[in-house]
Amino acid sequence: MSDNPVFDRIKQDISENDVVLYMKGTPVFPQCGFSATVVQVLGYMGVKFKGIDVLAEPDVREGVKAYSSWPTVPQLYVKGEFVGGCDIIREMFESGELIEFMNTNGIEVNLQEAQ
Amino acid sequence: MPMDPGDIERLIKEALPDATVTLEDLVGDGDHWSATVVSASFEGKSRVQQHQMVYQSLQGRMGGELHALALQTSAPSS
Repeated sequence: MSDNPVFDRIKQDISENDVVLYMKGTPVFPQCGFSATVVQVLGYMGVKFKGIDVLAEPDVREGVKAYSSWPTVPQLYVKGEFVGGCDIIREMFESGELIEFMNTNGIEVNLQEAQ
Repeated sequence: MPMDPGDIERLIKEALPDATVTLEDLVGDGDHWSATVVSASFEGKSRVQQHQMVYQSLQGRMGGELHALALQTSAPSS
């Protein structure tokens, strides 16, 4: 336990769930284009994830930025590790690296047909 | 007030003097920027670390005064 309750909460979320996305809005209704992009990538890969809406939880919004030394949301965590924000996720997806990364971490990937 | 692109470039170059910085105004509103940053100091660093170095150079403006900065970083060789 640290002396920061928000950090404890974040640690718990990212250790209990293999894939966690801190985002603005919900996976069904993203409220920011950057968050929507990451949701779309994960959806296309058929990766199950837990979305945490930072707009609903202002202390988590600030806490997660401090936790990862990363100034913006969305933030994707896999197996407790910070992977990146929208730019990095998109870049990794386009190069095929993200699918490989999920496979390496034992995360199930089910590529969906393009709609 | 959106950030002046000259300030964005200056701050990045102060922290990473060898950097080549290419800025693009994504939607023409002076508030959504895309930056391509090439610097030898990125060598051997992960993407997250490279982006963190750029964010640090912006001294807390990212996410505040600077609303949106799409980043692409690389070392000169790659």
